[in-house]
Amino acid sequence: MAFVALGQGSSAKKTELTNSSRVAFILLAPGMIYLGLFFLTPFVSLVITSLKTASMTGEIGMYDYAVQISNYAYAVDQYLPQILRSFAYALVATLMALLISYPIAYFIGVKARNKPLLQALLLTLVIAPFFISFLLRTFAWKQIFSNESPVTQFISSLGLLAEGQYIIGTDFAVIAGLTYNFIPFMTLPIYTSLERLDIRLVEAGADLYANPAKTFWKITFPLSLPGVISGTLLTFIPISGDYVSASRDFLGGSDTAMIGNVVEANFFRIQDYPTASALSVMLMAAIVILVSMYVRKSGTEDLL
Amino acid sequence: MKFSLGKYLLPTYVALAFIFTLIPIAYTFVFSFNKVEKSNIVWKEFTFDNWLNMCDQPVVCEAFGNSVAIAIISTLISTALGTAIAIALGRYKFKGRAATNLLLFLPMATPEVVMGAGLAAQFLNVGISKGFWTIVVAHVMFTLSFVVVTVKARVATLDPRLEEAGRDLYANARQVFWRITFPLLLPGIMAAAMLSFALSFDDFIITQFNSGPETTFPKFVYTAAARGIPPEANVIGSLVFIIAIAIVMVVQVRASLRAKKLRS
Repeated sequence: MAFVALGQGSSAKKTELTNSSRVAFILLAPGMIYLGLFFLTPFVSLVITSLKTASMTGEIGMYDYAVQISNYAYAVDQYLPQILRSFAYALVATLMALLISYPIAYFIGVKARNKPLLQALLLTLVIAPFFISFLLRTFAWKQIFSNESPVTQFISSLGLLAEGQYIIGTDFAVIAGLTYNFIPFMTLPIYTSLERLDIRLVEAGADLYANPAKTFWKITFPLSLPGVISGTLLTFIPISGDYVSASRDFLGGSDTAMIGNVVEANFFRIQDYPTASALSVMLMAAIVILVSMYVRKSGTEDLL
Repeated sequence: MKFSLGKYLLPTYVALAFIFTLIPIAYTFVFSFNKVEKSNIVWKEFTFDNWLNMCDQPVVCEAFGNSVAIAIISTLISTALGTAIAIALGRYKFKGRAATNLLLFLPMATPEVVMGAGLAAQFLNVGISKGFWTIVVAHVMFTLSFVVVTVKARVATLDPRLEEAGRDLYANARQVFWRITFPLLLPGIMAAAMLSFALSFDDFIITQFNSGPETTFPKFVYTAAARGIPPEANVIGSLVFIIAIAIVMVVQVRASLRAKKLRS
């Protein structure tokens, strides 16, 4: 899987590179031109669209070219709660996914290391959710959290839900759905890091009278950090732009909309393309800033 | 072992975590057998009808067919483009390597909603109407980097001496590529193609922005969720799940048999 490959960093062994720019160019050109046309220039389109102004004719969905920077102020002014909520949800869901994934990755990569069959079986279980449609999985959580489901009734019978209180539509339901959907993206890179962990280092720690907790925090965890960093990025970035879990038709309610939901609504329902584009540009800018700060702080710039 | 967090704590936690990850799959499967009157939210009664008549809701099967067609076409294109890039990166020296790597990394680090809205804005500005082919274009764009990463890992393990031997035996460049390099890369290319197919088949956000009136399976499920997803969608989801798991099992069993053969 690519996610595993992502966690590997620059560990691939070096082979001698042939010096032939001409062949390299022929091989690279089609794909890179493709990305230029359909990945890079869309960013330009996004910025251009984000600065457009409503058409003189007043027709819905028609905009004229302009440099209306106030579109950004308008978007922030209108949707600040949704913007902040997206990052808060993404942060909590990423931490939850880390708490769930790390022990799984540790168990498969370290404990099950000498049992290839068990390891293969557990890895298949980790990626199993990928094989069922992302939307069906999220809808399954809607069924699980529905008011009539056995799970909800059980929680209710424990007295954890007040009379007339629902799970669907709460922050909890949305964060649970977001966490769930991205667990494999967290587990696989951490597993790749832990799989290569030299057990002798851990044993050395124990020999030197470090207790298990200390050995974990001083040896195991730092060595698995590259995996943790790729995992958190692979989880945080897609979650911050997701709008399926938070949608009212799935796990969300009236107060759970994220940036993605606002972009979707502006693009399709009210056809306010400039506002949708301005929000997308800001989301991307925020992610670039956050990710580069995070990567610099954790000192793994070579990961990129 | 001394460093374990208690002997039973970790396995118990892992078992619970797996139950958590598998519950929604079980739900999707179970509710494909539900007899539905109004919405498929609450369990009513067991029936095989949904499985026997899975195309009774014609839109479901049509959407499914579209998704398969789009996934096949976009996988063929992105695997071809991506393999060429992976070979260039793994084999050749050239100027602009850092820029190339950055351009390949970016699509994996961009939220789907940004890529989807950007491409849609571009189609809008240029005046291209959206449909089947704009979805294909979008899918090739976002799967390409994943193909490169997967194939590149395989290129890194190639022994260049095998190709040298071919050249020493007077094979021309084309023969060396098709008789030596390509067969050795094939497992990596197949893995990349499978990943690309899976990503394309299951994509929703980028697809929604670039599909116009065309439906795909995920788009159908999203739209249907407001009224309640028909059990036929659960049937298709379960069927895809079973086929995918079967493929993974076959691949893994074959790999372990090969490893056994190598050892003996």
